[in-house]
Amino acid sequence: MKTIRVIPRLDIKGPNLVKGIHLEGLRVLGKPEDFARFYYDNGADELFFQDTVASLYDRNSLHDIITKTAKEIFIPLTVGGGLRTIDDIRNVLRAGADKVAINTAAIKNPHFIREASLKFGSSTIVIAIEAIKNSDGRYLAFMDNGREYTGLEVVAWAKRAEELGAGEIVITSVDKEGTGEGYDLDLIRSVSEAVSVPVIAHGGASSPENIVNAILHGKADAVSIASLLHYSIMQSFINNSSDFLKEGNISFLNSGKIPKKITPCTLKEIRTALINANISTRL
Amino acid sequence: MQISQPDFKMANTDKKILIVDYKLGNLFSVNQALTNFGLNVKITSDAGELESADALVLPGVGAFGDAMNNLETLKLIHPIIDFVNAGKPFLGICLGLQLLFTESEEFGHTKGLGLIKGSVKRFLNFNKDGDTRKVPQISWNRIYKTDGRSWDNTPLAQIKDGEFMYFVHSFYVVPEEPVGLSQTKYDGQIYTSSILKNNIFACQFHPEKSAFEGLKIYSKWAEMNNLNSSCYL
Repeated sequence: MKTIRVIPRLDIKGPNLVKGIHLEGLRVLGKPEDFARFYYDNGADELFFQDTVASLYDRNSLHDIITKTAKEIFIPLTVGGGLRTIDDIRNVLRAGADKVAINTAAIKNPHFIREASLKFGSSTIVIAIEAIKNSDGRYLAFMDNGREYTGLEVVAWAKRAEELGAGEIVITSVDKEGTGEGYDLDLIRSVSEAVSVPVIAHGGASSPENIVNAILHGKADAVSIASLLHYSIMQSFINNSSDFLKEGNISFLNSGKIPKKITPCTLKEIRTALINANISTRL
Repeated sequence: MQISQPDFKMANTDKKILIVDYKLGNLFSVNQALTNFGLNVKITSDAGELESADALVLPGVGAFGDAMNNLETLKLIHPIIDFVNAGKPFLGICLGLQLLFTESEEFGHTKGLGLIKGSVKRFLNFNKDGDTRKVPQISWNRIYKTDGRSWDNTPLAQIKDGEFMYFVHSFYVVPEEPVGLSQTKYDGQIYTSSILKNNIFACQFHPEKSAFEGLKIYSKWAEMNNLNSSCYL
């Protein structure tokens, strides 16, 4: 049986860890370094960093955070957000990332996937697909954090990305992301069954049981989780608000209120649920 | 559940460990893991430097053919072979394990360094039940003692049989000599996941990405080869 990876996802805006709903309305939760270290110490299999605004503003602000993290955290680090050129990828790998996630640049120029996978190896290139369900039931891939329509059908695009050399695919349901309504199992399964590279499910995790379903019914090879984990520990990192730069809305953090449908849980609780469902997992 | 960082004594050593940079893959994390416990590590592509090194690390992620081409272009093939034949400590990681073998079946047949007899094969895209096997394997997976092989006095001495390590690969090695140290099973396929042959230790998994347990392997390797005064406490 394959061993499932549990991957905390850290959305970054400037120096802060943020969380939105449908990839928007970002609210500051704390310092990414605190969360990264905590997840590493608690057995995370991998960490996924997404620069949430890089693509929009042409900014690659993650390098410092990655370098700091990579010096003391010895698990795989995937970094996405605003990576457009071979040099962008090289720089983020040099900063300490092991893999890069690409969305917008790959859709604009699919051959970028081939170029990047030949240069750095397929297993370094993760294609991120941001899916929105169309009113006719089709799933379409969007760019720029779900903002820009492309007309590409998700499954066709996933297959194309694999052919071009993608080593892994992370599929995000923009509709579910941040809502706690549960993973979109149909979406995940349709992608996972269509490609022979590993698929990471992202967007909407609502509970440990829902994560189990993403694996058993969605056929995911890995699960990426943000809200559930972040909300379970952010209070323990309550920072002096003067630590934060002007970016982001910190009134949310101070209020301690989280979206109703989300029941925060720890990595340990997720692992217990996986083991009870007879799913192989580390530790 | 809680994993804490290993407590390493800081070493002060003149022993020089070279990481071979042949322009493929990411050296940052290997370098970081080794310097983490105070080893004297340098990254180089300069063939002339190899002779003066006390130990050599060959990492790498990517294609076998590209790797051999790059090693050749950088005139590193013979210096690496000479280094190993001189009996000095050698550590291969991932592609750095595969390159030691006679040949790879990637794109027909590509010759490797030939330091270990055997070949490199690709995972089939389906398992014995005919179901899709996801390739590459990007996963934590367990390493087990190769039949009858003890891990005492090896870099795996402090690792428990069946421990999880992090793997990223599409190809695996098939040794034709008894060098297997650990084996791993991926979707029904059992393969050699690390080897030990005299001064050569090499693994398919990435100790530098395998958290605390992985770092213990590097620490033990360094200790066994007297590359440091640090030891895992």
